[in-house]
Amino acid sequence: MANGGSFNVNIYEEDYDYENLGESGPSQDPFQLFKEPACNVQGNPGDIQMEMFTKNSDTSDSESTSSSKESYNGCRLRSLQRNNWSAATRRVLSSMPSRKIGLHSSAGMAVRETCALPTHQTSSRVSLHIPRVTQDDITSPEFEEISTEDEANNLAGSGLWCTETNKEQLVSDLRGLSESEGLRKLRAMPLSLADKMEIRKHFFSPLAKNLVINRNFPCRNLPCMYLSRMWRHCRYAPRFSTSLKLWNSSMKKLSGRYGTGVLSYFTFLRTLLFINLLFFITTFLFLVLPQAIHPPPDSHGESFSWIEIFTGMGYLSRSLMFYGYYSNITIKTTSITSMVPYCIPTAYFFTITISFFIICIILVYSMSKSFGKSFQVFKSDGNLSENVFCSWDFKVTKKPSIRLQSEKISTQLKEQLSELASREEERTLMQRFRNFLVHVAAWFICLASIFFSALGVYFLSKTISKVLQNLDLLFMAAVVSGFNLLLPGIFNFCAWMEKHNSPCTRVYVSIFRNLLLKISLVIILCYHWLGKIAVEQDPQVSKCWENFVGQELYRLLLMDFIFTVLYTFLGEFVWRIFSQKILRKNRKPVFDIARNVLELIYGQTLTWLGVLFAPLLPAVQIAKLFVLFYMKKNSLMLNCQASKKPWRATHMTTAFITLLFFPSFLGAAVFVAYTVWKIKPSSGCGPFRNLTSMLESVKLWAERMKDHHQILSWLFRAYNAFTDNPIFLFMPSGLFLLLIYFRIQVVDGQRRIIRRLEKQIDDVSKT
Amino acid sequence: MGTTASQLPKESLSEYQELTFLTKQEILLAHRRFTELLEGDERNHPNPRVPMDAILTLTELKSNPFKKRICQVFSTSENRDGSLTFEDFLDLLSAFSDSATLEIKSHYAFRIFDFDDDGTLDYGDLEKLVNCLTGETADTRLSSEEMRQLISNILDESDIDKDGTVNLSEFQHVISRSPDFVSSFKIVL
Repeated sequence: MANGGSFNVNIYEEDYDYENLGESGPSQDPFQLFKEPACNVQGNPGDIQMEMFTKNSDTSDSESTSSSKESYNGCRLRSLQRNNWSAATRRVLSSMPSRKIGLHSSAGMAVRETCALPTHQTSSRVSLHIPRVTQDDITSPEFEEISTEDEANNLAGSGLWCTETNKEQLVSDLRGLSESEGLRKLRAMPLSLADKMEIRKHFFSPLAKNLVINRNFPCRNLPCMYLSRMWRHCRYAPRFSTSLKLWNSSMKKLSGRYGTGVLSYFTFLRTLLFINLLFFITTFLFLVLPQAIHPPPDSHGESFSWIEIFTGMGYLSRSLMFYGYYSNITIKTTSITSMVPYCIPTAYFFTITISFFIICIILVYSMSKSFGKSFQVFKSDGNLSENVFCSWDFKVTKKPSIRLQSEKISTQLKEQLSELASREEERTLMQRFRNFLVHVAAWFICLASIFFSALGVYFLSKTISKVLQNLDLLFMAAVVSGFNLLLPGIFNFCAWMEKHNSPCTRVYVSIFRNLLLKISLVIILCYHWLGKIAVEQDPQVSKCWENFVGQELYRLLLMDFIFTVLYTFLGEFVWRIFSQKILRKNRKPVFDIARNVLELIYGQTLTWLGVLFAPLLPAVQIAKLFVLFYMKKNSLMLNCQASKKPWRATHMTTAFITLLFFPSFLGAAVFVAYTVWKIKPSSGCGPFRNLTSMLESVKLWAERMKDHHQILSWLFRAYNAFTDNPIFLFMPSGLFLLLIYFRIQVVDGQRRIIRRLEKQIDDVSKT
Repeated sequence: MGTTASQLPKESLSEYQELTFLTKQEILLAHRRFTELLEGDERNHPNPRVPMDAILTLTELKSNPFKKRICQVFSTSENRDGSLTFEDFLDLLSAFSDSATLEIKSHYAFRIFDFDDDGTLDYGDLEKLVNCLTGETADTRLSSEEMRQLISNILDESDIDKDGTVNLSEFQHVISRSPDFVSSFKIVL
């Protein structure tokens, strides 16, 4: 394809006409078919490049050189005829990720081989995405890449390049980039360290360095240069997650024995710890500390008994822990606050809502990143090649775990092979009907148990209306945690009965049932608190209903922790001793990842629900997670063995983060929003006493501030305009939907291109 | 640049940091573990080379079925005996590190799985690969019929140009569909 002007053809000889090579060695692979040399011609007026590379391998020799030189002319002719893709197609194709991969790999392969030095001329202007072709020793040709830059006129390269020319090529590529970008590209090339150091020496010769600096900074003045350098540094700086050093060595030991699945549970635990830490720091700095410095006048020291740690009554109920302690004063006494008065109710409201908002953003961001990692343009199930190539976990180092891993992979492969074979067989009607009945029975049992447990909690909450003492208060929390502990056992039994076909389905079904149980229990409790206690405000139950709800949540959290300890002790330690000594089986219990992660999510939901009524609840959760990590780790090392079932870690992690966001966080946010908006705070305690709703405090504060500060009054007016006029709701939603539609179309288009390309490759290989 | 007696010079440390995906602590730890593998008199050698048997005593590699292939792939020795210098060792750790890109990992995974070093994964390579994965005991090994069926399915799925082998691009195409690859292709000292 000629684009006007004179142009030379860049031909990278990458593979051989099989005919020519047919004679050249007995070691040729008989399966190789004849392939056309992959040559791509782009002509552009102006840039001229001509390079011809021939390949010389270590073992075979002069024959190939001569044969390749012979086929050069043939290649040239063919190349002139072949590629007539338009510039637009080339641009689209070159931006596809899988095609860029060839870019660096050919460089790596090439440099490792020694070869003869052909003549060449280096190009004057080189584009960033040099099209290359990966090529291996003997023959299979691969597809060439296409450059995106409009000045580019390089052609697909032949696989094995000469060391010298390749290095010069690489140096000239890198010369077009700035220092940090060049280093980054060099780092990502699969070359040996010695080669990289040599290239770097060329790249960073003083002359080149000046050229680089002068060419690549668009602005010449100093602050602009510093800013752009800083921006580049920030972009290429190591990711923040590598600085999370907490528990790294323990997690390495765990992954060495148990693999990536179990590791994902502990990573999830660590993430929750940091989220809670963030929440705790915000509430501590803005809410707890100011109130602690100015204690309300009516608090007085009380006797302290140890039971109160569990029940949350007595001393704790009149401490910073719970809502009732906080006063509705405005602090004006210290030197700073006499200038800017610190209003505690406003601080309370804003701290909680802004913390929720920040956590929402963090969760949405990590969810979108996770989705990006695990999303596949083509959803293919039972992919054997993926299992074979990607399933070996190199992190596992202990010999028995490696043996288990081999067993796991072998079982998985055999299962998939038999599934493929049996797909052709039809199951008889009787078998299908029986399966269906079993499924219906299992679901009926599970749903019935969930329903009855929810009913039980409902009636229990209604009957406990009188003031209870001491440990009786824990009864309700114990019942809820007990249900959470026992019912999953019933679900496991149902799952065993059902014998699902694929392990994935089994995991999803069990997660769904567990989730349903926990959601229904939490909804019943929330209804009881908001619907009954808050509305009726029965002074017999509690003078301060927010305190009551806060204490209930505190007790639930604590009981959940105690029951988890019990389960770890009984379910794992005692069960292992039992099965080894009495049943005489050598199998240790398996760590149930899904169940444990759901427990973590449940605990986190309780924390988020309770933070409005007990601002120090995140601290309790942090302590609990800390202890839980060490307890679970030790129990795992002592009592459990690695699972034999495959576990798709990335998919599951995405699912868990989604579950953390969607029912857990959003549910808590809705709960808090409803409380703040609709429920009347109690009149005897707390920072919002004597108001009709917590939101009203903000309105009053805004009214007060409006007169003092211009900006705030402007904000207030803007806020009113936003909430009153519905068009402000429709416009962003419409924009959002449009964006989603656009993305869906892009993905759809990519799918179609992939299919077309595969068909094209198929056709080419057939001719 | 080689390593001096027991200390890593500062310039080479920063150079290694720039050219590999390892952090400073990881490089220093690697240096320490590498010098532990050397014998007394070799430590004063400017660029010592550790034989493959010594590398295979590392706990991270000891039981790995691909340990010999890993050493051979990263070795830059002329006689291809799998011995590693410190820089080869860093290359190894860098490819298996947390921050290495998917391209690097898939490139080296391909070379590790290419048992006969011919640049493609043909039937023999795939068979050896599956045998490494499933282990040595009799009940986990696949029968020859199952092996044949498995490899023909693999070639059906991944061999796009239908030449009977899986080349690097096709391999990387399969890998790019699996989100777990990056997290499982890791070795941390």
